[in-house]
Amino acid sequence: MEDDAPVIYGLEFQIHIIDFDDENNIINKNVLLHQAGEIWHISASPADRGVLATCYNRTSDSKVLTCAAVWRMPKELESGSHESPDDSSSTAQTLELLCHLDNTAHSNMACVVWEPMGDGKKIISLADNHILLWDLQESSSQAVLASSASLGGKGQLKFTSGRWSPHHNCTQVATANDTTLRGWDTRSMSQIYCIENAHGQLVRDLDFNPNKQYYLASCGDDCKVKFWDTRNVTEPVKTLEEHSHWVWNVRYNHSHDQLVLTGSSDSRVILSNMVSISSEPFGHLVDDDDISDQEDHRSEEKSKEPLQDNVIATYEEHEDSVYAVDWSSADPWLFASLSYDGRLVINRVPRALKYHILL
Amino acid sequence: MDSETDMVRQIRALDSDMQTLVYENYNKFISATDTIRKMKNDFRKMEDEMDRLATNMAVITDFSARISATLQDRHERITKLAGVHALLRKLQFLFELPSRLTKCVELGAYGQAMRYQGRAQAVLQQYQHLPSFRAIQDDCQVITARLAQQLRQRFREGGSGAPEQAECVELLLALGEPAEELCEEFLAHARGRLEEELTSLEAELGPSPPAPDVLEFTDHGGSGFVGGLCQVAAAYQELFAAQGPAGAERLAAFARELGSRYFALVETATISYILTLTDEQFLVQDQFPVTPVSTLCAEARETARRLLTHYVKVQGLVISQMLRKSVETRDWLSTLEPRNVRAVMKRVVEDTTAIDVQVGLLYEEGVRKAQSSDSSKRTFSVYSSSRQQGRYAPSYTPSAPMDTNLLSNIQKLFSERIDVFSPVEFNKVSVLTGIIKISLKTLLECVRLRTFGRFGLQQVQVDCHFLQLYLWRFVADEELVHLLLDEVVASAALRCPDPVPMEPSVVEVICERG
Repeated sequence: MEDDAPVIYGLEFQIHIIDFDDENNIINKNVLLHQAGEIWHISASPADRGVLATCYNRTSDSKVLTCAAVWRMPKELESGSHESPDDSSSTAQTLELLCHLDNTAHSNMACVVWEPMGDGKKIISLADNHILLWDLQESSSQAVLASSASLGGKGQLKFTSGRWSPHHNCTQVATANDTTLRGWDTRSMSQIYCIENAHGQLVRDLDFNPNKQYYLASCGDDCKVKFWDTRNVTEPVKTLEEHSHWVWNVRYNHSHDQLVLTGSSDSRVILSNMVSISSEPFGHLVDDDDISDQEDHRSEEKSKEPLQDNVIATYEEHEDSVYAVDWSSADPWLFASLSYDGRLVINRVPRALKYHILL
Repeated sequence: MDSETDMVRQIRALDSDMQTLVYENYNKFISATDTIRKMKNDFRKMEDEMDRLATNMAVITDFSARISATLQDRHERITKLAGVHALLRKLQFLFELPSRLTKCVELGAYGQAMRYQGRAQAVLQQYQHLPSFRAIQDDCQVITARLAQQLRQRFREGGSGAPEQAECVELLLALGEPAEELCEEFLAHARGRLEEELTSLEAELGPSPPAPDVLEFTDHGGSGFVGGLCQVAAAYQELFAAQGPAGAERLAAFARELGSRYFALVETATISYILTLTDEQFLVQDQFPVTPVSTLCAEARETARRLLTHYVKVQGLVISQMLRKSVETRDWLSTLEPRNVRAVMKRVVEDTTAIDVQVGLLYEEGVRKAQSSDSSKRTFSVYSSSRQQGRYAPSYTPSAPMDTNLLSNIQKLFSERIDVFSPVEFNKVSVLTGIIKISLKTLLECVRLRTFGRFGLQQVQVDCHFLQLYLWRFVADEELVHLLLDEVVASAALRCPDPVPMEPSVVEVICERG
């Protein structure tokens, strides 16, 4: 992706594509119609930037059914065109349906995740208590169910969210149902690990540390964010309790895993610096050879103590619950947050910290 | 022939009937005659008595007329004399007044002196122009001044106990001294006495071991300090009732200051007691560094705060789970037209009341923002006036949501952001507010995740109105409850493809029935 960072978010039956030009701080908006139903989950294909998958609600004779489908955006909107705002208010365009993730056998799709490093051919969807692995064939116009797994047990178990781990050759997926986190191997569709009672209440979201293999973060309705080492699941490595209500999203920065972003229904977005459990707990160690002659030779020794974790900043620009936060894939210092009242806020990591991490 | 025999028979039957009647009622007839004869006699006697009464009355009237005639002139003189006698007695009192006052002052019977003074005051005022009276009045004034001075001195010394002080003050007030000064002095004296008590308590707690028995300490403190403070407060209120709110405030500040010092002492005493207990139980060596009592006090306070916050969270969680289950498990699309409030809402109100009672046992009420008199009736004014009717336009053109969102956003800008887990203070209202905030926020989030049919929305409306009727009295700021519940209904409306709200009057009727 280039310099500007298009952001997609679903608004009822529309998808808004926001182009953010960070050199000039200008925002352009394009609207796509998604007539199939109300969107509850959206995710973009990592391989083809014009393809995305949505989970949406369809109301049929007073019953609400959540389905999933794969769509393609119109060509002009893919690469973030620099249209002037006047043009975008013309006719909204529609998405082209590529294929449905057919769910006659199962009831409600909770979310859809793409294989991160793959060629956009593998997709996993979570429906009630099933994990379904799909193969997208014939340029994504057909979805074939490759394998599936179910959660056994008493009561109505329901998956709430899932994430595909970028490690282990993309063969691991983690899911959350109620208060339990589970890890699955996609080759055999069997459970690898299980973290019971990860949170006191419902687990809302989870994310994998992009740099450290076995680490993941989860957040839930007990207002806490917990960091886990999947090799030792009896106890979290770290717990953050900065929010005062349910935490809906937790996201690691794609390159610098000490930066963790969380959004909560107390209307706050908190950026935390989890240095001690990141891949660089002692800060950025620089070899002497790398220092150019123009810079001063810093003879100060960096202490060998791990740096302290702290909250970098709390962003309070939202007036209502924040339901989604994410990092930009173009610029690692840029992130966006979305709240219930439709406000999208784009922020940057404070410059001082950025230089501290880089240098 | 037959009819003749018949008639004869009938005649004979009648005869025999008559005879039986007479035989049966013979006695009654006799007694009737006797009674009548007696009545005749009695009436004759009464007539005689009446005649005699008449003659006697005539005689008496005659006599009375003669007596009044003879005594007529004497009568006037006697009344005049009686009047003069009374007047003379009063004058005597007045003339004796100065000497009597002096004696009272000497004896220290100030109350009595004041009473005499009071009685005489009016008369002396009236007859000021007469020289003799003027002299008396001057004398009295001199003595009264002396009395006041003595009183003031006695009051200032403040050596005497509270009841005497109170008496002094009462008399001084009656004498017309400025109440403000008296207030101040009274409080100053009381403070002096109570501070003495406090210092003695502190001394008991002093660094030298052994720490006193906690029971003894509280006993001493209770009877000495607290008893004294109560006495002072009661007396103050009685004496300075006319002062109004300024006086009451002063008393409150005074009590609060001394009270807080007392409670600090109690805290230290309790902690010291616990320390001595642990020492005894665990045979601690003296070499280990011992945490000073003050840090322990601070820690105890901190722990109490954390405990209270945790209690609020736990209770909030209990109610939240109820609300969450109720929203998640109900089929909102195909629900029927609401006829009554859902049972879960009533349960929520019951539980909140129970918690209120439970907490009320331990903590005082706390401060609440002043409510308008018709707060509970202020049901749909906010709801209908601040949200335009355009909100329920069935068409979802891109502009319509923007307008209503803008309106609600502007409203949110001007109302304070609700901090759901703000720190809880040690009073009942704060605790209840925390619990209710958590529960309502949960309800809001759960409502935003479901889709509602038209009747589903109306059921939410009814439930929220019911909650509003009953929950406002538990919180510090009732605006909070209104705001959160408005937001719940608004979110439900946004989640409804066919939003047709119920008429406010119908909602009220349903809630009243529930």
